[in-house]
Amino acid sequence: MDNTDSLYEGRLVRLGPVDHEKDPPIVARWTHDPSLRSLLAGVARPLSPEAVRRLLERVEKQMEETKNLFHFTLRARDDNRLVGLARISWIDFHNGTGALNLGVGDASDRRRGYGSDALNLLLRFAFDELNLHRLSVWPSADNLPFIQMVEKAGFEEEARRREASFHDGSYWDVLHLGLLRTKWEKKL
Amino acid sequence: MSTALFQGQLVRLSSENPQTMAEAFARWNQNSEYFRLLDSDPAHLWSANKFKEWLDKDLESTLMANLLFSIRTLDGDKLIGFIAFDSLNWSDRDGYVAIGIGEPEFWGKGYGSDAMRLMLRYGFTELNLHRVSLTVYAYNSRGIRSYEKCGFKHEGRIREFVLRDGLRSDMLHMGILRSDWEQLEPGPS
Repeated sequence: MDNTDSLYEGRLVRLGPVDHEKDPPIVARWTHDPSLRSLLAGVARPLSPEAVRRLLERVEKQMEETKNLFHFTLRARDDNRLVGLARISWIDFHNGTGALNLGVGDASDRRRGYGSDALNLLLRFAFDELNLHRLSVWPSADNLPFIQMVEKAGFEEEARRREASFHDGSYWDVLHLGLLRTKWEKKL
Repeated sequence: MSTALFQGQLVRLSSENPQTMAEAFARWNQNSEYFRLLDSDPAHLWSANKFKEWLDKDLESTLMANLLFSIRTLDGDKLIGFIAFDSLNWSDRDGYVAIGIGEPEFWGKGYGSDAMRLMLRYGFTELNLHRVSLTVYAYNSRGIRSYEKCGFKHEGRIREFVLRDGLRSDMLHMGILRSDWEQLEPGPS
């Protein structure tokens, strides 16, 4: 179990809601980094702060209407600065399945443990709060830091969709890694 | 190039008015075995009106993201199923294909495989896809055999993805690359 009783407080980051005033300019800056495309618009596409504000409003609307998406902001615990975004999506409560994605926005904030800390919070949220049976992640095979991070948390490769993603001038395999609740419980 | 892009050995791909397709979907879905082979959602008994509403919405959309065909037999012109590309991704040139043969007397006789071969040819020669993807539940052995015959390769197994009758089943990922397909086909005919 985590070092805290709160669902949202990790060692380095906390999960928070969207701040529609302050977050859009920061997230808009991140859209200029194509390595975050899977977390933001799907394809590399710089967005204005106003476009990001509307995107985040649509995300909240989808959360409210479909109940199959949980979207979080990641904030540094020491100064409450927005450092990343995370979501549990494609939730199918009937079968107990869902997908997970997260990213840290600024390159200077990466490799500092924010991602792994947030991942632990999200896993606990998915299994202890949403009562899911399994979680999936779908990284492109070139996203090695992300793959290493989720493997450390217990995810195992289940499928490799050959040449299913095109970016940076090449086709890349898309991996499907999965974590079963039973394995997560054993690791605690 | 053959003009018979939509004509196979046993079936042809066609397009129906929403009313006809909606009535067929509502009829087929009353067979829960059919539904459980097709989808991981809880089985539903939607009305024909509901299906028509969804199909009408598709007609209004100009986005080329979903392409639905009906499957009709060459012998007797009977409407027996559907085949569709879901969520075509144009920058990845990848599309998921879904197929359902709603009339059980046409199961296991090659009708679905014939329709799938037409869909692959359409995907690779007309839509210029790089690959075609599908998912299938591990208990659908008839489907898996058909996809293997059409050239799909196994790409992985998502563990314990579906819960039915208290049992957990895996979901398989299969895919066919344009290069796989070109080795199967003798070339543009």
